[in-house]
Amino acid sequence: MDSILSEYTSVDPTTVSVWFKACNVNDIPENGGACVKYKNKQIAVYHYKRKQTWYACQNLCPHKMEMVLSRGMLGDADGIAKVACPMHKKTFSLESGENLNGDLPAIAIYPIKIEDGFVYIGFSE
Amino acid sequence: MKTVIVVGNGMVGYKFCEKFRAHPANAAFKLIVFGEEPRPAYDRVHLSEYFGNQDAKALELAPASWYSDNNIDLITNERVTDILNETQEVRTISGKSFSYDYLVLATGSAPFVPPIKGVEKEGVFVYRTIEDLEEMLSYAAQIKAIKPDGRAAILGGGLLGLEAGKAVLDMGLEPHVVEFAPKLMPRQLDTRSSNVLQLKLESMGIQIHLGKATNQILGESVIEGMDFGEDDQLDVDMLIISAGIRPRDELGKTCGLDMGTRGGIVVNNKMETSIPNIYAIGEVALYNQMIYGLVAPGYDMANVAANQILGNPEVLMPADIDMSTKLKLMRVDVASFGTPYMPAEKGLSIIYENKTKHLYKRINVSHDGKTLLGGILVGDANDYNILHQMYLNNMSLPENAEELIVGARGDGGSAFGSAMDLPDTAQICSCESISKGKICGSIKEGACNSLKDVIGLTKATTGCGGCKPMVVDLVNETLKSMGKEVKDVICEHFEYTRQELYGIVKVKNIQTFDEALDKCGKGDGCEVCKPALASIFATIYNDTANKEAVIQDSNDRFLANIQRNGSYSVVPRIPGGEITPEKLIVIGEVAKEYNLYTKITGGQRIDLFGAELNDLPAIWKKLIDAGFESGHAYGKSLRTVKSCVGSTWCRYGMDESVSFAIELEDRYKGLRSPHKLKGGVSGCIRECAEARGKDFGVIAVDGGWNLYVCGNGGATPKHAILLAEQIDNETVIKYLDRFLMYYIRTAAPLMRTAAWLDKLEGGIEQLKRIVVDDSLNLAEELEIEMQSLVDKYECEWKQAVECEEMKKRFSHFVNTEERDDNMVFVPMRDQKMPEPWTN
Repeated sequence: MDSILSEYTSVDPTTVSVWFKACNVNDIPENGGACVKYKNKQIAVYHYKRKQTWYACQNLCPHKMEMVLSRGMLGDADGIAKVACPMHKKTFSLESGENLNGDLPAIAIYPIKIEDGFVYIGFSE
Repeated sequence: MKTVIVVGNGMVGYKFCEKFRAHPANAAFKLIVFGEEPRPAYDRVHLSEYFGNQDAKALELAPASWYSDNNIDLITNERVTDILNETQEVRTISGKSFSYDYLVLATGSAPFVPPIKGVEKEGVFVYRTIEDLEEMLSYAAQIKAIKPDGRAAILGGGLLGLEAGKAVLDMGLEPHVVEFAPKLMPRQLDTRSSNVLQLKLESMGIQIHLGKATNQILGESVIEGMDFGEDDQLDVDMLIISAGIRPRDELGKTCGLDMGTRGGIVVNNKMETSIPNIYAIGEVALYNQMIYGLVAPGYDMANVAANQILGNPEVLMPADIDMSTKLKLMRVDVASFGTPYMPAEKGLSIIYENKTKHLYKRINVSHDGKTLLGGILVGDANDYNILHQMYLNNMSLPENAEELIVGARGDGGSAFGSAMDLPDTAQICSCESISKGKICGSIKEGACNSLKDVIGLTKATTGCGGCKPMVVDLVNETLKSMGKEVKDVICEHFEYTRQELYGIVKVKNIQTFDEALDKCGKGDGCEVCKPALASIFATIYNDTANKEAVIQDSNDRFLANIQRNGSYSVVPRIPGGEITPEKLIVIGEVAKEYNLYTKITGGQRIDLFGAELNDLPAIWKKLIDAGFESGHAYGKSLRTVKSCVGSTWCRYGMDESVSFAIELEDRYKGLRSPHKLKGGVSGCIRECAEARGKDFGVIAVDGGWNLYVCGNGGATPKHAILLAEQIDNETVIKYLDRFLMYYIRTAAPLMRTAAWLDKLEGGIEQLKRIVVDDSLNLAEELEIEMQSLVDKYECEWKQAVECEEMKKRFSHFVNTEERDDNMVFVPMRDQKMPEPWTN
């Protein structure tokens, strides 16, 4: 099971080699998320409208290894943008990936940009 | 650097290490600890739990790494055999020597085995260590293999003996407790409370034999029974001896320490023995000519010895040791404090006894009626904390002292006043030695602002947790006295209770979550306030969960319950549990087509599991075309109204329970509430619909329906309480409208009706006044609100499958038609199930 977790590591914006054109901005609900597929990876994409920003992270919740984070609820804890897993309400920072209400491993965060109405996610491979 | 050697790694020896290393001056000392058992110190008080889970680690007070982290050399499996006090050395069984500057004897005690003929026979055990338990377990398993109805006796009806009784019950043998005295727990209980406890234990399957002196153990080489003389015998296959303790004082004898005539190492109030630099603590120490077999005085002794060695000579053992105890024996509360029983010339007692409920309460008061001298509680020890504090602090009694145990007449109030009446010195958390003054002071001096702060700063409640209710009261009362309001605000984004927020949303006509944040909140919201506001919007405007899907709890957003592997379950509404064969066939066909696991639910409907997100709209389309609607199994909303078959078919039925259940379920379907709602309708008092286990229950009686409210199953089951009797259908609906609407308006998020009623000031009587007598003049408003919600009902699944935009929500990926390949099912009993979690 750990092997699937190891497929996801955060990508530093400076090391992006591929900007993957993931979807139309309208495919992602405002203040909510959806999932895109890139090669064999599942990436959760969120349109955090209240902060006028977008986030991308692994769809895999490291708690029970289910592909569900894109269905989670957005919010903030002391100003830090976070997502709550729909399974057991584990919350993760969308900025650092850190588990905010427990000691689970951090989730991987991916660079994201919007151009001409499309969502692009940055990968380094 | 000086060396402290601790002999004994039991609970008290461990506490010594903990207190020692927590002291600021401890760094100048090396600490070596010897334990003769193979593992580090464990919680002997809860030893019987080992029978339930056989998890020795769970009993550990601290893992082995704790000792190394704290710079303590822990040497287990090594018994100290000699003390050479001339040279200040100890020698161990393997011949090693260690020098000490200070020696602390915490060797504890061993079970006392009375000199009964035949006590050496196979099948006779003592109850003290995890190893003892392991031997007992394997022996019990052998017995059970050849004799499934085997019996085990426990010799000794004291505290530990009754614990052992539970252990025998857990092992699957029939327990028999044999006590020499004419009552149970002779030190703590009087005869009447012993009788009450005996009744309770016997009702749980533990046989009690009092006043029995065991003459001999019967059997060849293996125990077969016990002989009490005069042809009185008991056949047993196993015997556990728990007849008291004897101090493990052999080290003291050999090195010439002063000893008590019946054993124990004599200590003074500094825990010093008769030889300099040697201390004794715990059950080996004889203090005030007494061996204290309780853990609390042992812990005090550990603290005194640590402080004496570390140079705080003013820390001394008090002259009077409080022997008060409170424990749960097999879920039965037993407590005694002060002098539990006494002759009339010393004090007078007030006794409340109720054998039908296995309750006994006794308090002893002084002749002038002013002070509490002690007491006993069996069956319900909720008042122990405060009674114990009144006793310890010599507080004056209320005029009618009986109210301390039977409650004040009238409004169900308590006679205690509040925890605030205690003196500042009252020790609230005895595990961490935190006084009332310290708790209240931490708030008054501004260091703390909430319960969380107080717990963080003082560590109160972090031990056994028994003091939590008092700490909560103290914190709330102190905050209140300083003019700070204490309330259950929703979360960091909304500084309001749900009820207040409901009022604001309604008055300001707030329509969306962002509008609510802008008008009365801050930040961006979270997983707590979003569903709470969604529920409030639903109550005020009766929009379905489709309106603002992203603020709904995940299950509401996808209109289905997420299951273990990220698949969903589908539950169509089957009102009252009534369904036609045609509809049953449709459910079967849909389940076959989409390969869904099917199961009958507790609410008399059918759950279809294992649906992929992408298939949900198609599945629901088929169900809706066949006449089904959403069952709202995913929502904090009305689930089902369960029914029995009623007078339509049943020869006992008094009324048509199915028809009425369907009517109620149709009326309240789609109603969003602070938590899920369940109802039931039974056609007679046999109550086959289990209506009293529901948030609302209706039972047919002669002359109409009885209406019960605020029951639930779940983790804390509660029977619903009678709200009105012998009323007709229209009145049931009228009262239910008022009751449900009032609950929905005023409850906190995720608070079910039972918990809500507990919090409602005035309880069921107040609820009757509001719902039946309309004391708040609200009835009409509540009925109108409910009627408007009923009128606006729409099936949210029908909305979703008829709208292309909404259907977009139900696809796992937005950039491909592919399905989630991480979702795995495995076969089970001709159906499928999710692959089990491995972590």
